[in-house]
Amino acid sequence: MEFKFSDREELLRKTVRDYAEKEIPPYMEAMEETGEFPVELLKGMGQMGILGVITAPEYGGAGMGALARIVVLEELGRVCPAIPMAIQVHHMCTYALSTWGNEEQKKKYLPPLCKGETMGVVAVTEPSGGSDVGGMQTTAKLDGDKYILNGRKCFITNSHHADTWVVIARTGEGGKGLSAFIVENDFPGAKAGRKENKVGLRGANTGELAFNNCEVPKENLLGNEGDGMTTAIQDIVQCGRPGMAAVALGILNGVLEQAVKFAGERTLYGKSISKLQAIQWHIADIYADLEISRLLTYRVGWMIDQKINCAAESALAKQFACEAAARSARKAIEIHGSYGIMHEYAVQRLLRDAVVTIPAGGTAEIAKLVMFRQALSMFGL
Amino acid sequence: MRIIVCVKPVPDPKHWNRLQLDPKTRTLVRKGIPGTINPLDRHALEAALTLREQEGGEVLVVSMAPEDSQPVLKEALAMGADRAVLLSDRVFAGSDTLGTAYVLSVGIERLGEFDLILCGDETIDGGTAQVSAQLAEFLGTPNVMHVSGLEVSPGKPWLARSQIEHGYTLVEIEPPMVLSVVKTINTPRYVTLMNILEAEQKPIEVWSANDVTLSEPWAGLAGSPTQMADLFAPERKGMAEMITGDPKEQAAKLADRLHRLGFC
Ligand SMILES: Cc1cc2nc3c(=O)[nH]c(=O)nc-3n(C[C@H](O)[C@H](O)[C@H](O)COP(=O)(O)OP(=O)(O)OC[C@H]3O[C@@H](n4cnc5c(N)ncnc54)[C@H](O)[C@@H]3O)c2cc1C
Ligand SMILES: Cc1cc2nc3c(=O)[nH]c(=O)nc-3n(C[C@H](O)[C@H](O)[C@H](O)COP(=O)(O)OP(=O)(O)OC[C@H]3O[C@@H](n4cnc5c(N)ncnc54)[C@H](O)[C@@H]3O)c2cc1C
Repeated sequence: MEFKFSDREELLRKTVRDYAEKEIPPYMEAMEETGEFPVELLKGMGQMGILGVITAPEYGGAGMGALARIVVLEELGRVCPAIPMAIQVHHMCTYALSTWGNEEQKKKYLPPLCKGETMGVVAVTEPSGGSDVGGMQTTAKLDGDKYILNGRKCFITNSHHADTWVVIARTGEGGKGLSAFIVENDFPGAKAGRKENKVGLRGANTGELAFNNCEVPKENLLGNEGDGMTTAIQDIVQCGRPGMAAVALGILNGVLEQAVKFAGERTLYGKSISKLQAIQWHIADIYADLEISRLLTYRVGWMIDQKINCAAESALAKQFACEAAARSARKAIEIHGSYGIMHEYAVQRLLRDAVVTIPAGGTAEIAKLVMFRQALSMFGL
Repeated sequence: MRIIVCVKPVPDPKHWNRLQLDPKTRTLVRKGIPGTINPLDRHALEAALTLREQEGGEVLVVSMAPEDSQPVLKEALAMGADRAVLLSDRVFAGSDTLGTAYVLSVGIERLGEFDLILCGDETIDGGTAQVSAQLAEFLGTPNVMHVSGLEVSPGKPWLARSQIEHGYTLVEIEPPMVLSVVKTINTPRYVTLMNILEAEQKPIEVWSANDVTLSEPWAGLAGSPTQMADLFAPERKGMAEMITGDPKEQAAKLADRLHRLGFC
């Protein structure tokens, strides 16, 4: 067992940190105000290889793998967590296309996604309940050489900026009756609907996708009919949950930095409050949350790269890191006293951002369900 | 065109709060502090890469540093250099600027002919701004410092723009030459993920004292004529406060500060 990054990953972290620290801050104020993702950043992130980090080089990616992706998302999130929120879902789209796409689909859709010429989404959740994937109601009916899609997806990241949508819809009965499709945003009958106004991760756009007799060419079926549930679940396990855990790592990095800085600068009774044991304990707790979340999340990246099944580990990393981010942000606010809830201080935003990570990519309860099943299976039950 | 860039690995300024001075050896304790390319050397490398893109040729990176500095050279390769040479030997350790320039010059002699050597004007750790001029002296080439622009046209003398206090001078100069650059010369490129992978295929050669011809005794602590008498962190007296904003705001804030301190 080796708990050490290679020179490759260290250089990766350094270069993404340099990029993030210089390029992202100029957009952050507007992101908070407008709730819009700065699409201007996409080209640069494409050139950096950030968008194609898990896509094979023959389709325009860097092909660096899942652990590298976590490092990239963590470093973007250290500066501004909304950025990796958007990018992680973009990655989910590239993952679905790489894994289930045929050669033509990969050649057509992946290079522009990697370059940042287009943006991607994966749309599973519906108003009928995100946890109940099998209960989704959006239908896809084959009509000659086209599928006709009808229904509505909600809480979809990048909804209003994305060009390439991977959409799960019902082609038959039950869980086995779901299929995945590649829908372009300008297909007839496809439309981005309502835009959500979230409390946190505001710079990642979230909204509805509506399908009104939407015509999707037959060749845009992704994988086989009936594979939709597998696509949805595997994309969440291999990409969505590790991605959300990495967003949480970004938040935790920011939280620890703000907590340590403020505690060092604030003086009471003639000395820095970092001399008070209660404050020291808060900082120790935040540090522990960051380090534990890192170990859990990096392990999942490593397992994915080693092709080891990691459904439970992925759920654990996601659930732990997102909740750790929220409770640590609370503690950082406590350290700040009333300054912590003022807009001028970053910790209030970090708490709002952390709270939003909890349902995204599947709720904590659903993650616990996965862990519970794993626990039972350890005893052959 | 053959361009050599001198790159010094320095402690990453992002970790300077962890830097310590060793009162016994009078050196910086660098252990555990990640290294990085000296910031101005990044600009020198960028200038070299841009020139290679225009004129074709090869960019080599040379560094004198401990062996564990290889990740810093990897970063230079990832930025786009073709090849890197690390001059590393206990014999070189503790060199002053004369020793550093001398060791670099014998390394460069082994590399053979060159058109251009690019350095940074100065480093962020030693910061003597002496090495590039000394290097030119050893190699017997002209030297221009504070270079903020370079115009290269084949068959004609090159034009180096050298910053001076209230403007610049334009220097006509013929290769081979040693130039040292200031940061206004360019904006260094980011290392991309694809670059990181490419760099893994590029060689870093490590040369010891046996791999070069040292005919003078200047290398290392023993050979260095400069011996540090003392090295200490200055005692912090008071605090500096940076005033930001446009000139008008700055003036207003300053006046306010002075007023509150009872000066006016
Ligand atoms: C910022 C953000 C981005 C998102 N991006 C996307 C996206 O790009 N694509 C996409 O498809 N979706 C996306 N989502 C949607 C997200 O995946 C869903 O919100 C999530 O799965 C929960 O679904 P729901 O909101 O309908 O809650 P529900 O499923 O209605 O759940 C309500 C409550 O019931 C609990 N619950 C449900 N089932 C069980 C059970 N079996 N056992 C115990 N408790 C249970 C839940 O944990 C929750 O507490 C995003 C959400 C957010 C917040
Ligand atoms: C705190 C401190 C104080 C020092 N004081 C003195 C002193 O007073 N007198 C003295 O002689 N030495 C001194 N030294 C040692 C000196 O820093 C080293 O000899 C160093 O290798 C070269 O000097 P510099 O860093 O000042 O380089 P500069 O002359 O400032 O560097 C100019 C350029 O030369 C190139 N270059 C410099 N060093 C290397 C290298 N090792 N490998 C590749 N390229 C390089 C780079 O392109 C760099 O941008 C000091 C060192 C420290 C850490």
